[in-house]
Amino acid sequence: MPRDQGLMSWKDVVLGMYIVEPGNSVKFKTGDWRSHRPILDKEKCIKCAQCYLLCPEPAYEENEEGYFICNLNYCKGCGICSLICPKGAITMVLEEA
Amino acid sequence: MGKRVAKEVSIAVADAVAQCRVDVISAYPITPMTHIVEHLAELVNNGELDAEYIAVESEHAAMSACIGAAAAGARTFTSTAAQGLMFMYELLFIASGFRLPIVMVVVNRALSAPISIWNDHGDVMTMRDAGWIQTFAENGQEAVDLLYHAYRVAEKTMIPVAVNLDGFIVSHVVEPVELLDQEQVDKYLPPLKMKYKLDPKKPITMGAIGVPEIYTEVKKAQDEALKASYRVILQAWKDFEKITGKRYQPIETYWMEDAEVALVLMGSLSETAMNAVDKLRDQGKKVGLIRIRLWRPFPLQEFIKAIGKVKALCVFDRAMSYGSTGGPVGIEVRSALYQSNKRPKVLNLIGALGGRDVTVEDFEEIFDRTYSFIKAKPRFTYEIYGAKE
Repeated sequence: MPRDQGLMSWKDVVLGMYIVEPGNSVKFKTGDWRSHRPILDKEKCIKCAQCYLLCPEPAYEENEEGYFICNLNYCKGCGICSLICPKGAITMVLEEA
Repeated sequence: MGKRVAKEVSIAVADAVAQCRVDVISAYPITPMTHIVEHLAELVNNGELDAEYIAVESEHAAMSACIGAAAAGARTFTSTAAQGLMFMYELLFIASGFRLPIVMVVVNRALSAPISIWNDHGDVMTMRDAGWIQTFAENGQEAVDLLYHAYRVAEKTMIPVAVNLDGFIVSHVVEPVELLDQEQVDKYLPPLKMKYKLDPKKPITMGAIGVPEIYTEVKKAQDEALKASYRVILQAWKDFEKITGKRYQPIETYWMEDAEVALVLMGSLSETAMNAVDKLRDQGKKVGLIRIRLWRPFPLQEFIKAIGKVKALCVFDRAMSYGSTGGPVGIEVRSALYQSNKRPKVLNLIGALGGRDVTVEDFEEIFDRTYSFIKAKPRFTYEIYGAKE
């Protein structure tokens, strides 16, 4: 949950903290506790889709050019994409605090 | 009003539960509460009560079943004591966190070890901070009246309520008890309607994770709800008075108008203490008694008002808080007085543990000690009353 979504007054808390809107989890962005983010080098990328297939979230989405781009709203920074990339096109860099 | 009938208090409580038209009863028998659920099981079995009796394998399951049933919109009842309450402990916080209107009768009994089936308040004091509304009955009639009240309050506040009555001393005594008429109960307790409940047609999630960004707000909302329940509790007693003419209030006082020293108690022991007050009043001693009926939410203003101009208070606790600065009630009272302009000396005794009798003569002696405490140097401590040297 990004920080801006966490700002809710106690007065607005639903009784018992129930979730009364079914399926509202899609609204929650869950990638704010990542310590490293993946950076893609498009020069090296061969669009093999390994990152897309193996991302456990899955946070990767294909763009119009056919590159697979990580959606940082959901990426947890696990680094599997970087590890699996056959061309070493993805590097994990430390998130700034 | 119904007729005054001599009944074992446990049976009267069970009959009152049945009058409240509970949908689901789930309990695991334990001394000294067994008679309550035994009688309820009998009523269900005989077809006299149209309720689901869920026989469970433990108290943990009993409270779980009540939580599930209440979440689906059922009026629920459970009861337990001592080790049973310990076994359902984690669920107590879930019941209150889920804001479910569960009503439980705790038939107070001492905690093991050593094993004891007799009465003190050691069991319920462990759930002091569980977010439940908690009331203490002095006798059988009050236990029954507090039970009706519990459902009314629970369902208006969506906070679970625990009604406490002393094991054996109240639960197993045969006394004349007046139940309400069924029509009166039905009027006092309209069918339970919940804004949110588990319903496949309108799905909701209960028990989602409370991440750090929301947990504090949820706890604040729960605490504010418990504090706000105070007015509902008073109103429910007022409504009860309209039906029965019986007036209940958070704090009961006896001879407090001009009292110099007073005793603070909860539960049935106050009947003994009242006899001591009578005897000492006959001798011209200005002694009084304060009984806390509503323990949570703690009626702070009422309590400060009730102590009047006493010079010394004896808080007689019935539960241990090992290595603490007092018994649970003693700690509460001292904490309440600290921010008040009234600062009577506070003698904190912990006694009547595990069924140990405290007699009228004992209370006379306790009042004498409280008198001598007026001039004593303040001591921030407590004493286990009656422990033989």
